[in-house]
Amino acid sequence: MIDIKNVNKKFGKLHVLKDISVQIKKSNSVALLGPNASGKTTFIKCLLGMLIPDSGTIEINNQSIKGDYKYRNIIGYMPQIGRYPQNMTIEQVFDMILEIRKTALSSADTELMEAFGLKALFSKRMGTLSGGTTQKVSACLAFLFSPEIIILDEPTAGLDPLSSEILKEKIKHERSKGKIILITSHILSELDEMVSEIMYLREGNLVFHSGIEELQSRTGEKSVSKVITSILKTL
Amino acid sequence: MNKIVKYVTIDILKSKVVLTYLLFLFLTCFGIFNLDNNTTKGILSLLNIVLFIVPLVSLIYSTIYIFNSGEFIELLVAQPISRKKLITSIYAAVSLSLVTAFIVGAGIPVLIYSPDKIGLLFIITGALLTLIFTSLAFLGSVITRDKAKGIGMAIFIWLFFSILYDGILLLIMFQFSDYPIEKLIIVLSSFNPVDISRILILIHTDYSALMGYSGALFKEFLGSQKGSVVIFAILIAWIIIPAIAAIRKFIKKDF
Repeated sequence: MIDIKNVNKKFGKLHVLKDISVQIKKSNSVALLGPNASGKTTFIKCLLGMLIPDSGTIEINNQSIKGDYKYRNIIGYMPQIGRYPQNMTIEQVFDMILEIRKTALSSADTELMEAFGLKALFSKRMGTLSGGTTQKVSACLAFLFSPEIIILDEPTAGLDPLSSEILKEKIKHERSKGKIILITSHILSELDEMVSEIMYLREGNLVFHSGIEELQSRTGEKSVSKVITSILKTL
Repeated sequence: MNKIVKYVTIDILKSKVVLTYLLFLFLTCFGIFNLDNNTTKGILSLLNIVLFIVPLVSLIYSTIYIFNSGEFIELLVAQPISRKKLITSIYAAVSLSLVTAFIVGAGIPVLIYSPDKIGLLFIITGALLTLIFTSLAFLGSVITRDKAKGIGMAIFIWLFFSILYDGILLLIMFQFSDYPIEKLIIVLSSFNPVDISRILILIHTDYSALMGYSGALFKEFLGSQKGSVVIFAILIAWIIIPAIAAIRKFIKKDF
């Protein structure tokens, strides 16, 4: 469970997160939506400990994350832009992260890796890979350790339709296992079936956070994109 | 040695810039030693090149490497590893690969042509200079967020220690030539890692006799065993202090 209370973050004069309080319970898949510069990535980075909030507390499974790094053992993260050292091979990248996580490849979740056919490219240098393949590597790294919490920042941007379908299937599959999934995306139509809750940020404020069914009954619409547009009209 | 150190070292050693650096040092060393039969003279000529090139390459390459690895470092920060361990691993890897390049490129020819105390001193000093300027580059790139600013800062640090500092010293020497400022000059020179390295090697050769009164004074002050210990302590302080400052800054940094 993720419990966030009154988190504020400022970059100089810019107030990026304004008093955000959210609770995300197990087995929930949350879509983190909002226009550009609304604080989505900042929110994710606070969860990951990459940014230290100015005030407020973040607790994961009832434990404050402040000053800790071991809690990240249960988090898988796929960044928006993945860039790796040019001369490192895919295998070396995996090997390195496996060591940090103290896991052997044999006991890791390689389902996605096999679906993407990355094993065949293991000896390729990261510098020679296309943007999409690099994105696949990032996606595999996020799922490799069967984490309890999976954070995906624009996961399907740059992936071809087939691969993004594979990734979406994997996300649904993991959600059915009771994991917490946090996705940011600008492509609302792909979020149907993937998410159970929607969090909407605007200019650092949490506009709403509620279950998808509730939103559907409130607006009378079915798909995520229609739900969002009709809510935004009423605001 | 953990795998971050291992793979980042391999990554850097495979890069064309570092290979060119290694080859440049290698060819320059052989070239200079073949120009002259006197190896001490060769070492001194090499010293002038190395004192210019090693800080420059260490500063600029480390800075660019850290900025180019920005997203990769971000990904590692999001992994269950302490930031202290992460930054020390990357520092270890960058300095290890640059020191390796220096020892292979310059160390081997020097040991072939001048397998004595001076040659060894030359290699150790070069390796220490690499570590010092890698530390300074880390500090610079942790402080700034902007790549252009970071590289600008690296160039300024290099310019300062290689050229400006000596200029200021010369100015002081000319302005106050009527006063006994030799001791002051020794103290001021020791604050510059490039100068102190140069002095360290010069006073161990016979050429220090050519430098007249100040040369004799340098030799008396720094040529003794105690003097060498002090010089090495200063050089090591130049490695450790910026490195610790960089680590501290990195632990609190926002990504």
